[in-house]
Amino acid sequence: MRSRVFKMLGRTMLAGGALAVAAAAGPAIAKDTINVGIATFLSGPAAGPFGVPGRNGAELVIDAINAGTLPAPYAKAGFAGAKMNAIFVDEAGGNAKQVGEYRNLVEKRGVDAVLGYISSGTCMAVTPVAEELKKLTILSVCGTPRVFEEAQRTYVFRTQAHAVGDSIAAAHYVLDKFKDMKSYTGINQNYAWGQDSYKFFDVAMKKMAPETKASDNPQFPKIFAGQYGTEISTLSLDSAKLVHTSFWGGDIEAFVLQALVRGFFNDKQVISSVGGSAVDSLGKKFPDGVVMGTRGEYGLLVRDNKEPLNAWFVEEYKKRYDAYPLGPSYQYANSVLALKIAMDAAAEKAGGFPNQEQTMAALKGLSWQSFGGKISLSLADGHQAVHPVGYGITKWDKEKGAATAVDVKFYQPECIYAPAGQNSVEWLEAGMPGAKC
Amino acid sequence: MQLITTMLLDGLSYASYLFIVSVGLTIIFGVMKILNVAHGAFYAWGAYGAAYTIGLASDNDWPDWIGFLLIFGSAILVGLVLGAIIERVILRKMYHEEEVLIVLATFGIFLILEDIILLVFGVNPYFAYQPMALLGSIKMGGIIRDVYSLTLFGLAILVALGCWYGLNKTKWGKLLSVVIYDREISLAMGINVQMVYLVTFVLGATLGALGGAYIAPTISVAPGFGIDVIVLSFAVVVIGGMGSIPGALIGALMVGILRAIAVHKFPEFELFVIFGVMAVVLMIRPEGLFAPEKARRI
Repeated sequence: MRSRVFKMLGRTMLAGGALAVAAAAGPAIAKDTINVGIATFLSGPAAGPFGVPGRNGAELVIDAINAGTLPAPYAKAGFAGAKMNAIFVDEAGGNAKQVGEYRNLVEKRGVDAVLGYISSGTCMAVTPVAEELKKLTILSVCGTPRVFEEAQRTYVFRTQAHAVGDSIAAAHYVLDKFKDMKSYTGINQNYAWGQDSYKFFDVAMKKMAPETKASDNPQFPKIFAGQYGTEISTLSLDSAKLVHTSFWGGDIEAFVLQALVRGFFNDKQVISSVGGSAVDSLGKKFPDGVVMGTRGEYGLLVRDNKEPLNAWFVEEYKKRYDAYPLGPSYQYANSVLALKIAMDAAAEKAGGFPNQEQTMAALKGLSWQSFGGKISLSLADGHQAVHPVGYGITKWDKEKGAATAVDVKFYQPECIYAPAGQNSVEWLEAGMPGAKC
Repeated sequence: MQLITTMLLDGLSYASYLFIVSVGLTIIFGVMKILNVAHGAFYAWGAYGAAYTIGLASDNDWPDWIGFLLIFGSAILVGLVLGAIIERVILRKMYHEEEVLIVLATFGIFLILEDIILLVFGVNPYFAYQPMALLGSIKMGGIIRDVYSLTLFGLAILVALGCWYGLNKTKWGKLLSVVIYDREISLAMGINVQMVYLVTFVLGATLGALGGAYIAPTISVAPGFGIDVIVLSFAVVVIGGMGSIPGALIGALMVGILRAIAVHKFPEFELFVIFGVMAVVLMIRPEGLFAPEKARRI
């Protein structure tokens, strides 16, 4: 009798084990809803120019996917048929808080994936935690190349190209459009983003046009300093005509207001890699003639682009939020769309609702038509995106009563990013060997 | 010569800004011995008040010079309303508590006021550039300068003279000096110390709000920008001596001029200058350059 009981128990355990193995390898149990944590700045200085436009972009696309109203080829409703319940968390408060928020999302709220993150510092902080907790995480905005160049990642993906390409594209644009520009300087915030942006731009200029002269007095004021009178004086006295800036949000707005009244833009050619939000917030007060980038085929540079997905995104965003979508709106929307495409493809392949591993396998190396052009996860073993990066020149359109960009030019990924497997900064410093422009 | 003139003008301009934003903090500390962290919130509310009303005036095609009235009006309104409510409702109940608890309370007030800004004004920036645009620019020392920033000198001088006159030449100033010197003896002599505290706090709050309101036309008024002002003001006040108005003036001048030299000649030290000066002053004279003498109690 006793041995029969043990035999039955043994069989039951074996059968249970076999089922567990089968479950891990096969599709997951179908879900009506997936819970996804979305981190973005909802307070603090980055909320206006980045966080809230990012949240709006995500919200718009999530609602459209849940309702099945996205244009073709993404009209099929849901994420592998499930609706997404987005849990928005505030990215403000520093890295330690964000790591805590991330753990809370994964361990307590049991989310199926985490999307978002704007600050490079936050991305660097949460990436190792995502790997430790083995949770699919898609970074949306942050720019540091270090996320994927310092270690191989398994669970973390980024649907936005990194910052090296932004600066190389800026150097290309300057050399294409302002051939008589002989010297340059910069004003960038004194933290990783500002320091790196100017360094990449400086190296790219030195490699592509060694005859141009870099100023020995570029400015690095404190982030959110607000008062730039002294820096404007210094730049005015500098003989360099070109001024590179990666200022964003309130800093670019304050700089423009203070520089404008001093006639700075009449004497200097300013190139801004990410100041797009100021063009809209200042409206007709923003000076014409500033070279403006948006870190991709986004925002100001593609407002009149009639490609169906972009046209849908711009129109629906304007209708819902009474504003044009900015770069972060696109960047968050693209992360949401990438998750949908990967889950739909994984579901089709698995013949049922996909588990995390199947979704990640579908996401790895994915190439898709996004709201802002084609994006390919072709770097870092299929985890890091590349896409074209463009610049244009700001111009206020009196008839439309809106800001526009003229002379827009995009640079293709093979021109501005290191080939797969190479360190971006080393590749840039080596003179960008193999770049196809 | 051009460089020296430019550095001097830049330094004076930044020093004026520093003095205007820190004088309210030092007045409150001097009289009430409260390190008022909510000072940053008064600054932010002053800026929002000015930016909002100037924007409204512009939308209604009012003349741009109205902006100057709105700057001072907003500062006075913010100082009177917020200053009086905070002093009467919160701080008055805490004067017998340890100083550190009062600092924590003002920090709490700062956080609440910051969140109310988010609630009322949202996350998008406000602009009030009309007064700055109205005054235009002028060529000085070989480069173009905006006249509005030059008026900061005038405002700083007015505030400094006003404080000096108020403290040294009026009855209220003498009462303040007595309360600063010894609160208990003042009470025993029949001075209405509570009223002195209320007036001082409202005055400090108004000066904090005036700093924000006057700066508003030159910046993007957006959430969170009051935080840095606390750090800057605190550094200036520590250099000059906590509670000393001449100290705040000298501290602001030292930091302003040295920062201008750093930005023009050694930009990598710009961030370091203000705290470098503070560290050196604290090493040589821990109580700050012009801290009022303290009576030794037996």
